[in-house]
Amino acid sequence: MAPAKPHQSAAVAIPVPDKISVSLNVNGVDVQLDLAPWTTLLDALRDRLNLTGTKKGCDHGQCGACTVLVDGRRIVSCLTLAVMKDGSKVTTIEGLAKDGMLHPLQQAFIDHDAFQCGYCTPGQICSAAGLLAEGRAKTADEIRELMSGNICRCGAYPNIVAAIQQVMGHS
Amino acid sequence: MINFQYARAADVADAVRQIAADPKAKFIAGGTNLIDLMKEEVERPSRLIDISRLPLDNVEETSGGGVRIGALVPNSDLAHHPLIAQRYPILASAILAGASAQLRNMASTGGNLLQRTRCYYFYDIATPCNKREPGTGCSAVNGVNRMHAILGTSETCIATHPSDMCVALAALEAKVLVAGPGGQRTIAFADFHRLPGDTPHRDTNLEANEIVTAIELPARGFAKNYTYLKIRDRLSYAFALVSVAAALELDGQAIKEARLALGGVAHKPWRDVNAEASLRGQAANRDSFARAAEALLHGAKGYAHNTFKIDLARRAIVRALAQASQGTPQSQSSKKIR
Amino acid sequence: MNAYIGTSTSRIDGRAKVTGAAKYAGEFNIDGLVYGAVVESTIAKGRIKHIDASEALRVRGVLDVLTHQNRPRMADASAAYKDDVAPEEGSPFRPLYDDKIMFSFQPIALVLAEEWETARFAASLVRVEYETAAFTTDLQAQRNSAFVVEKPESHRGNADKAFAAAAVRHEAEYFIPIEHHNAMEPFAATAIWDGGGKLTIYNKTQGVQNVQRYLCSVFNMKPDDLRVRSPFTGGAFGSGLRPQYETVLAVLGAVKLRRPVRLALTRRQVYTVGYRPATIEHVAIGAKPDGTLDAIVHEAIAVTSQHEDFSRNDTAWSGQLYKSPTARYEHRLARVDLPTPCDMRAPGAATGVYALECAMDELAVALKLDPVDLRLRCYSDRDQHTNRPYTSKQLRECYRQGAQAFGWSKRRAAPRSMRDGTELVGWGMASGVWEALQMETAARITLTANGHAEVASAVSDIGTGTYTIMAQVAADLLGLPLDNVTIKLGDSTLPLGQVEGGSWTAASVSHAIAKTAGEIRKELLRLAQAVPDSPLANATVDGVALVDGRIVHKRAPDRAVSIADAMRQGKVDRIEREGTVQFEDDDSHARNTHSAIFAEVKIDEELGVIRVTRVVNAVAAGRILNTKTASSQIMGGVVWGIGMALHEETLLDHRFGRFMNPNIAEYHMPVNADVYDIKVIFVDEPDTRINPMGIKGVGEIGIVGTAAAIANAIYHATGKRVRDLPITLDKLR
Repeated sequence: MAPAKPHQSAAVAIPVPDKISVSLNVNGVDVQLDLAPWTTLLDALRDRLNLTGTKKGCDHGQCGACTVLVDGRRIVSCLTLAVMKDGSKVTTIEGLAKDGMLHPLQQAFIDHDAFQCGYCTPGQICSAAGLLAEGRAKTADEIRELMSGNICRCGAYPNIVAAIQQVMGHS
Repeated sequence: MINFQYARAADVADAVRQIAADPKAKFIAGGTNLIDLMKEEVERPSRLIDISRLPLDNVEETSGGGVRIGALVPNSDLAHHPLIAQRYPILASAILAGASAQLRNMASTGGNLLQRTRCYYFYDIATPCNKREPGTGCSAVNGVNRMHAILGTSETCIATHPSDMCVALAALEAKVLVAGPGGQRTIAFADFHRLPGDTPHRDTNLEANEIVTAIELPARGFAKNYTYLKIRDRLSYAFALVSVAAALELDGQAIKEARLALGGVAHKPWRDVNAEASLRGQAANRDSFARAAEALLHGAKGYAHNTFKIDLARRAIVRALAQASQGTPQSQSSKKIR
Repeated sequence: MNAYIGTSTSRIDGRAKVTGAAKYAGEFNIDGLVYGAVVESTIAKGRIKHIDASEALRVRGVLDVLTHQNRPRMADASAAYKDDVAPEEGSPFRPLYDDKIMFSFQPIALVLAEEWETARFAASLVRVEYETAAFTTDLQAQRNSAFVVEKPESHRGNADKAFAAAAVRHEAEYFIPIEHHNAMEPFAATAIWDGGGKLTIYNKTQGVQNVQRYLCSVFNMKPDDLRVRSPFTGGAFGSGLRPQYETVLAVLGAVKLRRPVRLALTRRQVYTVGYRPATIEHVAIGAKPDGTLDAIVHEAIAVTSQHEDFSRNDTAWSGQLYKSPTARYEHRLARVDLPTPCDMRAPGAATGVYALECAMDELAVALKLDPVDLRLRCYSDRDQHTNRPYTSKQLRECYRQGAQAFGWSKRRAAPRSMRDGTELVGWGMASGVWEALQMETAARITLTANGHAEVASAVSDIGTGTYTIMAQVAADLLGLPLDNVTIKLGDSTLPLGQVEGGSWTAASVSHAIAKTAGEIRKELLRLAQAVPDSPLANATVDGVALVDGRIVHKRAPDRAVSIADAMRQGKVDRIEREGTVQFEDDDSHARNTHSAIFAEVKIDEELGVIRVTRVVNAVAAGRILNTKTASSQIMGGVVWGIGMALHEETLLDHRFGRFMNPNIAEYHMPVNADVYDIKVIFVDEPDTRINPMGIKGVGEIGIVGTAAAIANAIYHATGKRVRDLPITLDKLR
């Protein structure tokens, strides 16, 4: 049996959005993609750039698993149209380790067992990187509040807070 | 999500031109609400006009001693802007009570005003909803309505406005600056959002061909005696059951000026000048606070699952006024209620 | 030698997870991948009169739209769809099988397109006409037509009579709503053709071999032609025990198009693959004034679907745990037009023990006894159902150590008697109990002369730490550094592994590894004895151990041969052994884990805002293989207990038969701000009878009793007893 070709129909085709050229710098690498405007930054990362470290947990901005840094700020990539970020600098979980050396947050998450299934973890770590850059969280209460956009169903929250505190103590 | 066209607006005039040309077009800035609703097929715009690069991201003092906030200032930047954090801390606090750090980094000031309700039926396109599809009926009136409105409702809609920021803006008597084909106009905050009446599909009095360009705060910031108290079903990252923005100006123990607005209870941030008037000249104590709460909740009506909100709001108002009068505003990170 | 077993060892898969390198089911990208999108039913019951995909098919990039009318062939017999853990009674749901609608959000069409966004758009264009039928989704409306599914073969005394005659009685009804697992990874399957008509399916599952057998049965494929892999699973908590519909649809698409197909469900769609059933629990306990029990009656009514009888033991825990001369329990099911419920973390116990432990708290109040004291007065060293001893039961020590760590002795008995400023403070406690199960499991070990071992078994790691404990056990028994052990799991071609559930994986796979490591040791000893002048010439296999890369005489450690030497001398560069462990069906003892949970709540007196500020969970679960990951398991269970107590409820509108909050914004789970201080204690519980290594498992026990401890603390703080979960602030008024 031969692989299927696109469905042939006599009727007029219903168009999908035209693709637009989008330039991004992802984890220090310039990339150019042709993307339809309905493609989210999350889907562009996962399906087009094969950067599947950024996770799709809800696709509606409710879980934080898709958190990445855009121009240094943490955002949810599932509610971000990639075309709107043309020219932006994107950092994903794959871009945090440098030359094989884990980012301090990555090491702290391992040390404190700040995850179980690992699916929320890239979003937690990117969110924590954003939190550190913002520099507003000092106390455990502040860390908890400002990390509340990242749901961990395995329930590793106390360990996540401990991991972040460890990195704060060292920076 | 349905097929749509995408275009960037070159400037405000271009944005207005583009939206006027296509009645099914929508502006997009932060996208935090619109993209969500497009994925649910609740919003089905034919075209998105990207306004995110327009130069509407300044926070600056006005000649009248107030502050003008560009419509594209991200929520988090606004909350942490020195002018806001110091002079209008009630606004900063309300912003920080909403959503998550990530969403606040994305969401724009103008977009926050235009957030749509979290009513379950509005979101579920398999159920009737007058807001989504006028004339189909309100499923919430006799349905699951624990989160729904107790004030200003109509039989056609009992949805609430989900914003925290807007509750503080209502209390501060902000003004909304909009641009349209006929030029600029200013809308008092109280007149910006609508009650559902028999047109629940219209959330605001913004015309379809208009764009929000800025918010103006008057000089009065209530920086000393204020609070934003939000009650919700978990300790963070949930929409309000009831929230209270309370702001006072005190002369000793006497109340010179009072502002009081509720979130989570109506189709718009709920304010009543009578409730505020009842506080003026009174001693700041639980009696006067309770009277103000009574006045603000006048006419409140519960449905099958949300009657508790009336009493909860009453208590929250009294508590918030106490926090404001004592100068101990609610922290948004420490969850113990002050 | 135990260099690793029992230690705090970081996850060996940690690096993959923190760098994003770990690939989950929906993340295997491949050239020519086709994306699927599901069309869901908008009605709760009836049939599809007409389904029109013509518009969807006109969308550029759409390859096909599969419905019950044009899908590839699947098995007709209902029995073909029975997976390893399907309920005994009933017919499993068959996706796209026919025109019948059995629940709202049921998948009724699969759109296949070159891109995900195109498939999603086209799915919105599929037009469906239904013929609707009357339906119900309301447990309360159906409770009177519920039917009995479980009760003991013989009653223990006449519990009803004893209860009626008891000096002190407590009787009440408790309620747990539908809850959803909401694992962070939505269900996904990627079906890839390997050539030669063989399919590999990357699937989110707790049991690759269960899915493999199921798919072979549904699609009449040979076992060798269909492989299921799940190297990483983004949480599942029971929802991944049974094969779910996305895996069937992905295969249907791949068969139809002869191309690789991925189907990742949306969050809303995940709500239809299973849930914790809404349950009404009726508990009646009669006691003497001294706190000894006369009677326990526990009856439960839970929802199930119209097409399958899903039930778990909610009620028998009550008859087992405490000393009572009489007991009666009964479990009934009420049919509703929803998908079949499924296992969810500590199924049956999370709900049933919640009711029991709240009832015990209420009884303690009636008896004016301290809640811990009451439990000690009816403490039983024997399983009360069968009058058997336990292989081990250190629950008494859990109470003692938990209470001490918590500071329980400072508790004032009266409700509303403790406060902290504007907050009422409440201290509550509860017991927890779960089964210690073990299942036939196999492992393969391949030892190479360079001192590296690969250990393989078709078990899963759903976040539980299986990768790590397997490596720890293998490293210790093979005498290797942890870094020299590689683990393979989550692949149906590997040796027998059961679905990861019931907390049985740790005990089962550890013994499979131990047995196989014994075979490796035997072969190494044979090789070592062939070495000229072998110092181990007279040693027996049980007389040697593998330590630090050497075969060592246990009683004379200076008599040793290095593994490398033995293998070199024997001219072998690898030794591969596969062993299967079966656990003797020993009915002489009961096998359980236990816990004592102590919770502190602080509740704003005026507004009712509840904070769970401290939880101590003291657990007796045999030997703990890894104190770090096991601690995380219990901590996670406690967080689940917080959610169950305060937040979680799937809302239904019975007029539409639809879930109203199938998302993560309105289905509330605890967020970081909801979780304060959690302390986990593992009580020493040596157990040489349950299995040679004394392992019991810790996946479920952490949630059992936690919601009750919090509910009891809320009563202690406020004087208000709320029996309907979740305890939201409006219920405190």
